[in-house]
Amino acid sequence: MSREESLVTVQWVEDNLDTDGVVLIEVDEDTTSYDKGHIRNAIKLDWTTDLQDQVRRDFVSKAQFEALLSERGVSNDDTVVLYGGNNNWFAAYAYWYFKLYGHQSVKLMDGGRKKWELDSRELTDELPTRTRTSYTATEQDHSIRAFRDEAVAAIGVSNLIDVRSPDEYAGRLLAPAHLPQEQSQRAGHMPTSLNVPWSKNANDDGTFKSDEDLKALYAEVGIDDSKDTIALCRIGERSSITWFVLKELLGHQNVKNYDGSWTEYGSLVGVPIALGDEPGEA
Amino acid sequence: MCGATEGGLSLDGVNVAKEAVIQGQVTRGGEPVGSAYVRLLDGTGEFTAEVPTSATGHFRFFAGEGEWTLRTLAPRTEPVDTRVRAAVGSVAEVAVAI
Repeated sequence: MSREESLVTVQWVEDNLDTDGVVLIEVDEDTTSYDKGHIRNAIKLDWTTDLQDQVRRDFVSKAQFEALLSERGVSNDDTVVLYGGNNNWFAAYAYWYFKLYGHQSVKLMDGGRKKWELDSRELTDELPTRTRTSYTATEQDHSIRAFRDEAVAAIGVSNLIDVRSPDEYAGRLLAPAHLPQEQSQRAGHMPTSLNVPWSKNANDDGTFKSDEDLKALYAEVGIDDSKDTIALCRIGERSSITWFVLKELLGHQNVKNYDGSWTEYGSLVGVPIALGDEPGEA
Repeated sequence: MCGATEGGLSLDGVNVAKEAVIQGQVTRGGEPVGSAYVRLLDGTGEFTAEVPTSATGHFRFFAGEGEWTLRTLAPRTEPVDTRVRAAVGSVAEVAVAI
C-alpha cells in the first residue's frame, strides 16, 4: 500500500461528494457527532453498536458485517472513504476493520472531521438515502489482528508499539485524559514495548506527517524491520492509526493491531507489567 | 465538592475527589466558540488528549497531578496555548480567549 492508495485529502472528498461508487462514512468516538452535522452524503457507522458484538467482547461476525453493509447500501465494489473526530482514531479503527473483513478499496480522509471543520467546510444534518445492496465479506484476515496470547508471546521478541500517551504508558494515567480515570485494569505497559504516542504520526490539524518524517520517527525509536510488529493502545483505536501508518503508508510487512490492548492486557492475571517511562526487561 | 462553578460545566456524575479535572470555556470577543478543538499537552509538550468544544464552548479533561498546556485550535485563528496546573480532588477552571 501507499499514501496514494490509502489516503485522500479533504479537497478530494469535497470534489467527490456526488461521485458514483464512492461511499463516505463517518465513524466517531462520540457517536452523536454525526447527528449534529456531517459531510453531505456521508452515512454513519456507530462503533459501539454496529461494529461490536452486543454481548461478548468481540467484533460482529462476518454474517453480521455483511448484513450491516447491505442494509447501509455499501457494495463490494464501492470505494469506502472513512473520516471521523478525534483525529480519525475511530475512522482508522473502521479502516482496519474493513480490511479485516476484506473490503478492497478503503481510504481515510486525511485530517478527519477536525481538518474539515478547521477549514470551515460545510456540514449538513440531511440524511442521505442509499439503496440496499448484497454485500459479501471475507473471513477475518488475522494477519492484521493480534490476540492476547500472541501479544504476551511477543514480549521481548517482536516490536511492540504502545501508542498511548506517555502518562498512560508510564502508569500515571489509566485512560486518555478526556475520559474519567477510574478504571478496573492495572496501570503501566507491556515490558519491552516502545512508547510511540499515536500523535507523533500527525500534525496538530490531524493530517499525517510526510512519509519521510514518519520513516525518521520509527527509525529513531529503533523499530527492527526484520521483526513482526504489534501495535496497541487502550482499546485498539489509537493503535489503528499507527497500524495504518506502518502498514498502509510505510509498507511494513507483518504489522498487527492488538484490539484487546491495555483494557485486556492490564486485566490479565499473572502477566508482567512495567511501570515508568522505560520499556523494561522481558 | 458538588455542583458546578458558576457559569461552568456541571460536575454532576463526576467524582471530583478522585479526578484532577481541567475544564473551561473558549470564547472569541466574549462569545462562546463551539467549533474549537482543545488539546491537552503534558509537561514535555506531548499530546495527551483532545476534545471538541461543546455548543457553549465548554471542554473538560481528567488529567493527572502537575503542569499541563491547553492548545486551542479554531478556524481562522492561530493556535492559543494556555498553561494550567491540575491536582487530584480539584477543578481547574480555565477561560480561553481566542
